[in-house]
Amino acid sequence: MLSLRPFAILLSALATMLASGLIAATAFAADLPTLVGSLTTGSFGDRETAITAMAASGEQRAAPILEALAAGQLYVRKSDNLVLIGKPDGNQLSLTEAISGKAAGSGTEADLDRVRVNNRLRGIIEAAIGSLTLMSPDPRVRRGAAEALFKRRDASSLAALDVALAAEKDPRIKQSMNEARAASVLASDAPAAQKIEAIALVRARADRDSLGVLQAVASSATDPEVKAAAAAGADAVRQTLAAWEVAQNIWYGISLGSVLLLAAIGLAITFGTMGVINMAHGEMVMLGAYTTFVVQEIIRTSAPHLFDVSLLIALPLAFVVAGGIGILIERGIIRFLYGRPLDTLLATWGLSLVLQQAVRSIFGSSNREVGAPSWMSGAFQVGQINVTYGRLWIVVFSMIVFVTLILVLRKTPLGLYMRAVTQNRPMASAMGIRTPRVDALTFGLGSGIAGLAGVALSQIDNVSPNLGQGYIIDSFMVVVFGGVGNLFGTLIGALTLGVVNKFLEPYAGAVLGKILVLVFIILFIQRRPRGLFALKGRSVE
Amino acid sequence: MKFGSMMRTGLVAAGLLAGAAGSAFAQGAPIKVGILHSLSGTMAISETTLKDVMLMLIEEQNKKGGVLGRKLEAVVVDPASNWPLFAEKARELLQKDKVAAVFGCWTSVSRKSVLPVFEELNGILFYPVQYEGEESSRNVFYTGAAPNQQAIPAVDYLMANEKVQRWVLAGTDYVYPRTTNKILEAYLKLKGVKQEDILINYTPFGHSDWQSIVADIKKFGSAGKKTAVVSTINGDANVPFYKELGNQGIKAKDIPVVAFSVGEEELAGIDTKPLIGHLAAWNYFQSVKNPTNEAFIKTWQTFTKNPKRVTNDPMEAHVIGFAMWIEAVKKAGTTDADAVIDAMIGIAVPNLTGGLSAMMPNHHITKPVLIGEIQGNGQFDVVSSTALVLGDEWSDYLPDSKDLISDWRKPMSCGNFNVVTGKCGGKGK
Repeated sequence: MLSLRPFAILLSALATMLASGLIAATAFAADLPTLVGSLTTGSFGDRETAITAMAASGEQRAAPILEALAAGQLYVRKSDNLVLIGKPDGNQLSLTEAISGKAAGSGTEADLDRVRVNNRLRGIIEAAIGSLTLMSPDPRVRRGAAEALFKRRDASSLAALDVALAAEKDPRIKQSMNEARAASVLASDAPAAQKIEAIALVRARADRDSLGVLQAVASSATDPEVKAAAAAGADAVRQTLAAWEVAQNIWYGISLGSVLLLAAIGLAITFGTMGVINMAHGEMVMLGAYTTFVVQEIIRTSAPHLFDVSLLIALPLAFVVAGGIGILIERGIIRFLYGRPLDTLLATWGLSLVLQQAVRSIFGSSNREVGAPSWMSGAFQVGQINVTYGRLWIVVFSMIVFVTLILVLRKTPLGLYMRAVTQNRPMASAMGIRTPRVDALTFGLGSGIAGLAGVALSQIDNVSPNLGQGYIIDSFMVVVFGGVGNLFGTLIGALTLGVVNKFLEPYAGAVLGKILVLVFIILFIQRRPRGLFALKGRSVE
Repeated sequence: MKFGSMMRTGLVAAGLLAGAAGSAFAQGAPIKVGILHSLSGTMAISETTLKDVMLMLIEEQNKKGGVLGRKLEAVVVDPASNWPLFAEKARELLQKDKVAAVFGCWTSVSRKSVLPVFEELNGILFYPVQYEGEESSRNVFYTGAAPNQQAIPAVDYLMANEKVQRWVLAGTDYVYPRTTNKILEAYLKLKGVKQEDILINYTPFGHSDWQSIVADIKKFGSAGKKTAVVSTINGDANVPFYKELGNQGIKAKDIPVVAFSVGEEELAGIDTKPLIGHLAAWNYFQSVKNPTNEAFIKTWQTFTKNPKRVTNDPMEAHVIGFAMWIEAVKKAGTTDADAVIDAMIGIAVPNLTGGLSAMMPNHHITKPVLIGEIQGNGQFDVVSSTALVLGDEWSDYLPDSKDLISDWRKPMSCGNFNVVTGKCGGKGK
């Protein structure tokens, strides 16, 4: 290790020379094995030097080694100190020799020492890989490299960018490279005129990253003209972003609203149409989430290829589990308590504690991991709004559930009976409808929908015994606000509360925002005790 | 059942025999140890593990013959995450069960709730969780980290290694995050960070919709200066927070998040691949490699019959606290509270990170501070570690408490001695 020190110093000198454009003869380039050696042994500082030198060496093998290092897949074998790249392969690692790229069989973590990296090194590696992969044949890689260099904004990448720009054909990638070049120019000691040109280019990008670049220049530039141009650019970008922010808040509001809708819509049936104050509603949601967990566990162990459809398999099961338990609750407890709201409240609250503790005893008190299928992970950009697929699917799913429920209530015999029983029980009974059976089915339907909500919520929240508690208050709020007994009211109520919440949050903070919403609802209920859309007719009495 | 009664008869007989042999063995009855951790309610997620680790430690100690020739017996109660119930259960343990020491509490509010009970009945409490400081009681031994053993070294690390200049202090809205953030804010300003480079944000317990807050952090982080988030977000809210970070593509190398309440146990419910590189500051990580820790992990996984069960920092605090208590009881030769409290100071026992932790006169212990980065497998890689740091109960960075010290040795015996006025009883009680 000691003998490597002078080498490292030499290399760092070399790297600076290369970086500053005095490109020496390639014959003098550092040899890869020595560099890789200092990657695995030196301090974090030494490793930084080695990484920069590797990037400058232009060696073919440098990129895969650095990539493995960043991913935490670079190992040193304990027995012979050989540096290896290990890709996970089941419980084992399939190994290749880092320097030669030859396969080296397989091994386990126990025989190997992982080469450690920290955030700083990861950033440096990304930029290093960026300059190594600017000439990659894959356009996506080239574009990624240009983006990485833009964020890095380091004067030393100018030379590499110029070479790559000259060779680039794709106009979009060329644009990215130009922007990266502009950011690098701003970090260099180029003349003011060039910098102002670069500022215009960065300003045209008008996103968060460019704002960062411009603000950094505005605060650090010495030339007054450059400083003013950067400040003006930052202001313009900020204005564009402010407009996008409104759109973003609306999207976040809709997304939160759809979660509220999912949680509340089952309650809109049990509480809204049946009038049962069901405090165990949240636990039905939780049961749905745990059903998803069990389904995923079974799929993981016995049919891993089905993982992507695990949620679709979980949906009907969650409906059946939560709905079934709902029917049991209605038959076992609630039917004896109709017309006694206080008793129902206490009984269902007790029940919710029982269900929570039961789940805690069976599954343990810690959170359970429910994975996201590939089609639900990741995000895409709409302008400056970051839309995550998970949230998007939840919005879509909540709308599907809503429409289906409306159709069930309007178009099926069960829906007809349900409406008949809730509107006028004696008359419905006189017409030959078996009202107790309809009660049980209605309660089961509401609970089953809560189970469906659980499947969706397992994607964004903890799957823990407390999952339901977080939603019960919000659900009641939505149903009461929207108008008891009115499904459209629930929809509008959920979306309104979602959007209002998201507009309040940035100004008032999450805690105060929540309080304000609550105060707003209390005042609103004072004014309109029956909610947004009051149900008219005999059933109200 | 039958076997149990046979055992008991056997024990009594053994006790009688031993009684003839010497006075130290005269008291054959087991020593009771109270365990005051929530086994239901919101905190059960964290505290149940601590109950299990205490049962394991007591079992291990009994295998070695207990202490003072007597077996130990665990008395487990469930305060159900209900703060007033903590005080009731503490009273029950001390008065009815007459336990020799209590190991328990997680949240600061539960500790504050039981504190008067322990002081009134002169009990001993071992508190194993990192906390906000600003407290020192004769009856409590704080084996978790004080802010200077966790928060401040973490901030130092980010300043030195990641060159962070802009800070988001995000926390759950209660006493620990608020006090810690107050200390951190004062510390950052002392280090020359401007007010406009600090963003403080509080969220309610169990907050689940992090979209706009994460977007705010992103916005705050795009000012051209390196930004980091210091998270005192507690409990369940962490999972959706980290999921949202991953969703919105905030990578650790852009905006690192350093957390004080997220350990191996909390990461168990998340896919950590998008979180690689985010940090946590603790005094112990399961990934620390040394024979003591490896043996502990093995015993723990055997005890829980789960080869994947993780270990975490508060568990280590209980391991240290329990070992210290055993040593103190041996030293005092009795389980009497006053004698044990006096004997505790100065006792040093091995911690799980390969060093010795000592109980100091302010009832806090010395431990190393480790900074770890989250890995893809839910574990942490230690990227920085300090020498032993003594817990500082009264923060040097708050105007109210900077002149206070605590020293429970006689003749001072004071938890809040004001070095300026020279009197006991500055702030607090």
